[in-house]
Parts: sequence; C-alpha cells; structure tokens
Amino acid sequence: MKNTMIGIIGAAAFGVMASAASAATLDDVKAKGFIQCGVNTALAGFSAPDDKGEWTGLDVDFCRAVAAAVFGDGTKVKFTPLSAKDRFTALQSGEIDILSRNTTWTINRDTALGLNFAGVTYFDGQGFMINAKKLPGVNSALQLSGASVCVQSGTTTELNLADYFKANNLEYNPVVFEKVEEANAAYDAGRCDAYTTDQSGLYGIRLTLASPGDHVVLPEIISKEPLGPAVRQGDDQWFDIVKWTYFALLNAEELGITKANVEEMKNSPNPEIKRVLGVEAESKIGTDLGLTNDWVVNIVKATGNYGEIFENNVGSGSPLKISRGINALWTKGGLQYGVPIR
Amino acid sequence: MAVQHVSRAQEPAKASLLYDPKVRSIFFQVVLLLLLIAGVWWIVDNTIENLRRSNISTGFDFLRGRAGFDISDTPIQYSSDSTYGRAILVGFWNTIIVAVAGIVTATILGFIIGVGRLSRNWLLRKIAMVYVETFRNIPPLLVIFFWYLGVLAVLPAPRDSIVLPFGSYLNSRGFYFPRFLWGDGAWLIVAGLVVGIGLTWFVARRAKARQMTTGQRFPVFWTGLALIVGFPLLGFALAGFPLTLDFPKAGTFNLTGGFNVKPEFLSLYLALSFYTAAFIAEIVRAGILGVSKGQSEAAAALGLRPGTALRLVIIPQALRIIIPPLTSQYLNLTKNSSLAVAIGYPDLYAIGGTILNQTGQAIEIVVIFMIIYLSISLVTSFFMNWFNARMALKER
Repeated sequence: MKNTMIGIIGAAAFGVMASAASAATLDDVKAKGFIQCGVNTALAGFSAPDDKGEWTGLDVDFCRAVAAAVFGDGTKVKFTPLSAKDRFTALQSGEIDILSRNTTWTINRDTALGLNFAGVTYFDGQGFMINAKKLPGVNSALQLSGASVCVQSGTTTELNLADYFKANNLEYNPVVFEKVEEANAAYDAGRCDAYTTDQSGLYGIRLTLASPGDHVVLPEIISKEPLGPAVRQGDDQWFDIVKWTYFALLNAEELGITKANVEEMKNSPNPEIKRVLGVEAESKIGTDLGLTNDWVVNIVKATGNYGEIFENNVGSGSPLKISRGINALWTKGGLQYGVPIR
Repeated sequence: MAVQHVSRAQEPAKASLLYDPKVRSIFFQVVLLLLLIAGVWWIVDNTIENLRRSNISTGFDFLRGRAGFDISDTPIQYSSDSTYGRAILVGFWNTIIVAVAGIVTATILGFIIGVGRLSRNWLLRKIAMVYVETFRNIPPLLVIFFWYLGVLAVLPAPRDSIVLPFGSYLNSRGFYFPRFLWGDGAWLIVAGLVVGIGLTWFVARRAKARQMTTGQRFPVFWTGLALIVGFPLLGFALAGFPLTLDFPKAGTFNLTGGFNVKPEFLSLYLALSFYTAAFIAEIVRAGILGVSKGQSEAAAALGLRPGTALRLVIIPQALRIIIPPLTSQYLNLTKNSSLAVAIGYPDLYAIGGTILNQTGQAIEIVVIFMIIYLSISLVTSFFMNWFNARMALKER
C-alpha cells in the first residue's frame, strides 16, 4: 500500500509535469505511435478482455475509433485497466490520453477535477440487483430498508445510493469495495442483499455470477448516469478530436454508413455523405482538426458506426442483449444526436 | 600560560583548508543540503504551477465540504451530511481500532507460539513451527482474502444464522451480540474499577515490601482479582443494576439491534493478528534463546521452579532483546492495516481514497495520509522506546 501511495505522489508530482510540458496531446500521441486509453478492469460489454486476451467493449471500441481517426489504424491503441478510484489521477497525471471507462459526466468532474467530457456514449441510470431466489418477496428498491448493499468506492453510484436511501427514509449498510471484481465476489458470496451500479453494469455483472438466473434487476432507476469519454483540460485540439470522433460515429449511423459499405458510400451522390467522408473537392473536413480528410472513413472501417458498436458490444450481437432505448438516434426517439459535420 | 603557549607552538603548520577533513565534511553536507532544498523546491513549484495550469483545484478547503457518502463502520457520529474532514476522522479511528486490537492479539498469540516453539513437547513444538513457517511466508493480502472469502463466505445467510450462547449470532454479515445499554449511575461502576485498580497497586507494593523484609509471600494475584472485579460489582449494585440488554433480532434482511462486528473488520483483524503473530513468535524465540543458559541453570540452582524461573529470570532478560524488533512489527501491522481497502473495511486509506476520487485532490489527500500514518508510527515508536528504556538493564 505504501508503494501505491508513493506511486500516486510520483504520478501526481512528476506526471503532471510531463503532461504540462507537452500540452499538445496529438503531437505526443503521434510521436509515440499509439493512444493510451484508460478503461475498466472488467465490465462485460464496456471493457473486458475476451478469451484471447483482446480488449472488447463499447468503451474500448471508442478508443479504437479515436486511434483510427488519428492514425488510420484502429489497433494503434494501448489499454490501461483502472479502478474507479485511480481513473482521474491517471488522466490528470498524463498516464493516459483518454479516459473511456463508463465514467459519469458531472459538473464536479468537469470543473474541479480538471476534465473535459467529450460526449455521452451511453445514457445510463443507476439500478439495483438482488438475488430473487434468496429474497423472493422483493420487487422494488423501496423494499430494501435494512439491507446490506454492495457498491464500488469513488463512484457517483456511492453518492446516489446515500441520497436515495436518505430521501426515502430507508436504512441500509453500505459495503464499499475499491475494485469491481471484489464487489462482485462479495455479492456473489452473499455478503450483500443488493448490488448497485449503473443498470448496464448490472446486466454485465449478472453474467459473471455463479448462477445468473437467480438474480434480477429491480425496475427503479434512481439517477441519471451519462457515461462518456473524458480528456484533460487545456488541450482544445485533442478535446475536439475526441469529441468529433463521437459525433462522427453518430453521423455515420444516421447517414447509413457502415463498416461494410463505407467504400461504396464514397461514390454516393449525396453531398452530405461525400462531405463527411472527405471526398468533396477541396475538402478541409479533417485537416482543420489536425487529421487527414478520410478520418471518418478510417473510423467506420475500424469499428463501424455507433449503432454497430452498440449492437456488437451490449446489444443484440452480445450476451447482454440490451435494447437501444434512450441510446437510439434522435431520429428514432432516442437521445443520441450527432452535431452536423460541415 | 606558558604551558599553553608551548603546546600551541608545537602544532604542525596549518595545512590548506582543502585538506582539512572537518572543513571538507561541512562543505559536502552544505552542498547536499542545498541540492536537497533545490530539488524539493523544484518539485513543489512545478507541481503547483502545473496544477494551476490544468485547472485542478487545490488547497485543503475541500475538507469542509459535504461528504455525501455513507460509511459502514462509524465509531464516531457520522452521516452522509457530515464533512470530508469528519469522514477522514472516521477512517482514522477505524485504523486505530483495528491496529490496536491487532497488536494486542498478535502480541499474546506471538508470545504463546514463540514459547511453544521452545517447548519440550514435540507436538506443540512442531505445531508452532508449522504455524510460523506458514504465516510468515504468505503475503498478508492473501491471509486477508483467506479470512474474508474463504472462511466468512462459508458462513450461513442471516436467516440461517448460527445461534451462539448469550443471544449471539454468527452469519455471513458478521458476529452479532447483545449491546449493553447503561442507565443512570453507571459511572459508579467505572469508579469502582478505578478504586479496585488503585487498591490492587497498593496491595502489590505492600506485599513486595513485606516479602523483601520478612520473606513471607502474599497472594497478590487473587486479592487483586477480587478487588478489581468486586468494586465495580459493588458499584453496579449500589446504582441499582442500571443495565438493559439490546438483543439482536431478525429483521427483513439482516439482524437488527445488538452489536454487529462486521466480517470486514473480523477478517482484517484476524488476518493482521495471525500474520504478525508469526513474526512476533520468532522474535520471542530469539529473545529467549538470547538469554544465556547459565541464567536458567543459576535459577534452578537457587531452587526456582521452571515456571517461576521463566517469569522472574528469563522473560525480564529476554524482553530487552524482544522489545526493539517488536516495535517494528507493531509499525508493520499498523501500516498493513491499509490493505483493508481490498475487502472494504473503511480504514483511513479506503475512506481517503474515496474522498480523493470524489474531490480529485490527490496531492492533499496523500499529504494527509502521510501525516497521519507518520504520526501514528512516531507515537508507537515513542511509547515503545519509553517502554524499552524502562525495561533496559539497570546496571548498578
């Protein structure tokens, strides 16, 4: 533990120096040849290593999309698994270039912590999961008075939990863990009656339990959890690149540009598609960002559009089978709205 | 005067300052000090400058902010409306509680096992040896996980609690026992205890003096026990038995009421005690073996029985060897308590980490960590050095 502390101090003291000595993250990233991306240690659907040891998930694919935009190659990214507690220090100290780790966008993090959130890659809300076999009578979070609740430390979840039980005059015993794996193991061992985190996370965690069928997610959503990638303050160019990578993914979906048809789409007569893909004459659509004009083409080739990333990792193409819901495009009644690329 | 004059004249001619070892040593110390100050200044200045540039707020004002999170074990009054400063205080007390409990248990256990390793009983000796070799060679984190996941996870759910005597229960949520609720007049019990201890001290002094002069012995132990137990009981009776018991009862999810020792505390406490006891056992063994054989032979020659010889001759001398390394083990145990974070016991490090994450004030929190751990360690060392000085051989 002492080492960790020295590490934090070292990172805080020396890392901040390193980051400030080089305000232009894009130049740094190009010089080292890859993007360092902070992800969750293990959260099915968002970031977890698969059976071949490859990182997969929605948060992981977002970093690949940024790598594709910068290098034209979605594999030029290295992942740093981080606990909820270490994530901001890692970004502030310059250890990572992007934090894409199911992180909730809040005003405190956007201001006092010195971060910039580039968008909302997943609109989530906090929920509860219980073992229905052991607690057959419980079908609402309001019945949880007196329960022990497992939660991860240093999260908005931990704060919402306190607020929710206080607001509803309920008692509870928090059991707080630093790592998601430790919280999972304790919940699975019966240390807690309920587990609370973002609903998407609950579905992912349920898959990793000993008998997933016994556990149910309660219907209440007690908070807004807009999850998205964040970068350090003070580097507008890098912030723009990450932000517009997100909008590019959304616009690609809206325009029907997919991994499979992106090359054909370059010949499309639709001026909007031509502009987004950078095949317009005298295009400056990428160079203004400090990238090449085919940056959107590279992104879609590497990861597909937002819809494809969603379905592959958390939607119908994954074991999680989460429906698009509020994460559908605005044209389909959801909240995902790609600001125009023009 | 004349003599002095002569001696000065006999001094060799002053060599160049460059070759004066004293001047040299001062010169290099000054250089080192300057380099150190420059280095620290550079780090601090750079950090402040860069924190400012990356718009991260600094300073200790955040300690007055509302914490907003709950803590499972709160030895002092705390709720989510309390301040961050209060939360750190809760963590501090939790660290102290587990460290003190661990140190006491580890010391008792370590002494028993250390003496056991030197026992003439073959089985006892081997059991102590296996214990020491096992726990000394396992990382403490693994011991903590062993207790937490291995042992406590096999305990039953709250509904199927193991029922223990005196209204106590054991289940996967920890150990529940009745809580004492003291009524008016409970101070009489404390007063009785103080009187009992005072009288015992007095009796012990008189008994020693009597033995010195007459050689007659007095049963100090039993008298003392009677005094220390009797007076509080008397106070208890005088106050009209001001005690009610709050028994744990089955609630919807957990047992409610009573006193609950949570599995996080239990496993951390047991792991730290068992782990450190292995080291203390070795220190105790070394201390006893460090007392020369002639001492026990001399004690035997005086006609002391083995138990008395151990208590009056061997242990007092062994303690002088034992105490200094024992201090290191106490410091180790205290610092190892920060491993609590792995199993969710809200110690200083765990709570500080949460605050670090909520406020992003990494440097301030780490400074607080360092100051608090340093203070705890220095106080422990100070106390142990005092104890050591008291126990040290008083040569006459």
